[in-house]
Amino acid sequence: MRATFTHHQTAHCENGVASNLLRNQGLELNEPMVFGIGSGLFFVYLPFLKINHAPAVSYRPLPGQIFNRLANRLGIKIKRIKFSNKKKAQEVLEENLRNNIPTGLQVGVYHLNYFPDEYRFHFNAHNLVVFGKENGNFLISDPVMETTTLLTEEELERVRFAKGALAPKGQLYYPIYIPQNIDLAPAIKKAIKKTCNDMLAPVPIVGVRGIRMVGRAILKWPKKHGVKKANHYLGQIVRMQEEIGTGGGGFRFIYAAFLQQAAEILNNKQLEELSLEMMKIGDLWRDFAVNASRVYKKRSNQDNVYEALSAELIHIADLEEAFFKKLKKAI
Amino acid sequence: MKKSEVPQDKSSLQDKNLKEVCYAIDDDGKFTTELSSGWEVKTIIQENNLNHLNEIIQEAKLKVQKGEASPIEYFMELNRMDWKLLADYMGKWVWQIKRHRNPKVFKNLSESTLKKYAETFNISVQELTTFTGN
Repeated sequence: MRATFTHHQTAHCENGVASNLLRNQGLELNEPMVFGIGSGLFFVYLPFLKINHAPAVSYRPLPGQIFNRLANRLGIKIKRIKFSNKKKAQEVLEENLRNNIPTGLQVGVYHLNYFPDEYRFHFNAHNLVVFGKENGNFLISDPVMETTTLLTEEELERVRFAKGALAPKGQLYYPIYIPQNIDLAPAIKKAIKKTCNDMLAPVPIVGVRGIRMVGRAILKWPKKHGVKKANHYLGQIVRMQEEIGTGGGGFRFIYAAFLQQAAEILNNKQLEELSLEMMKIGDLWRDFAVNASRVYKKRSNQDNVYEALSAELIHIADLEEAFFKKLKKAI
Repeated sequence: MKKSEVPQDKSSLQDKNLKEVCYAIDDDGKFTTELSSGWEVKTIIQENNLNHLNEIIQEAKLKVQKGEASPIEYFMELNRMDWKLLADYMGKWVWQIKRHRNPKVFKNLSESTLKKYAETFNISVQELTTFTGN
């Protein structure tokens, strides 16, 4: 069996699944629109939570929130089901496929063997669509992949019931209602306000304050933990930024693309300018990654490197603070 | 980032025949997407991360060799897990799992517990119990 479904590749998984499922139902929303209206841009630093032996940073909200916010703002209804019984989880999925419903799943990344080894970690907030089952294999549309792939029953069960932080518990989801007429303008305004408020939140670990806190922490790491550990911590920040869902530069570019589209829909010239400004900030995030990668090459002047990186991140935080204040006013 | 600046470096993505989507602006200043074969910066950081993990795995292996730890610790590190995550997979408390790292306690584990560990690590019970670190 095979549900009607067209696979489009995207930069980020949750955007991709949301966009692909909605397009499948005739609602043309591209990745930047989903990301923007779902208020996907975020930052949080959780120094007390260790992932892969390093403090956790996240450049995105909790899994499911992008699609949920998008749905709320556009009046779309999504059905989400979690399971404690693995057999039942597979039955409900197959029932959906029989009813021609391509279905989104939250899964763990570690056991997805189509990813290179470098990408395989116990990260449970990945998303993909199952759109059929043929010869005992599930047909998979993983939005970060160029083409569709296959997973056996056993493989799919393993990733659906991955354990640990944000365990998916077999969660599946799909839109059950999409309004006939959708007005994007009010949803865009609401979404931009939410992102501005998140990024400017008066909480030390969230948004621009969180970025600044990481910037200050970098300075202390080599003295507190030694160079080796400090480099590993730094590496984790950049990996979270550039690899797991393209958080830093990547997300800024997607958000800039969203603002460019929003400028047209809202007929707001200022957003067009802000779009380019966001892109430049994205470039700075990428520069930060370039400079961070140099700590592995240079042996001398190690302290200076950390000072420079710290200053770079704090500078980015300052620019983003000014940016989101302007953006809030422009709406 | 301009479309022409989207990095096309060699990376681990090629081993799996993959490319990833990047957003960038074209000559008219309009955002568009471009496929990237990889970025050297990311590759450097990923390689260092894998080296770091390998060191930890080798340390665990050495501990098993010396009789200081049971194979549980080695396979846990090999599977990029920590005690909390392994405990989640086993449906046990962290302190229970940490006891099993003691070779003496490990020797007396029940067949069903060993089976569950083997399933979690995706190996056979024999591979688990006969691992000596050599």
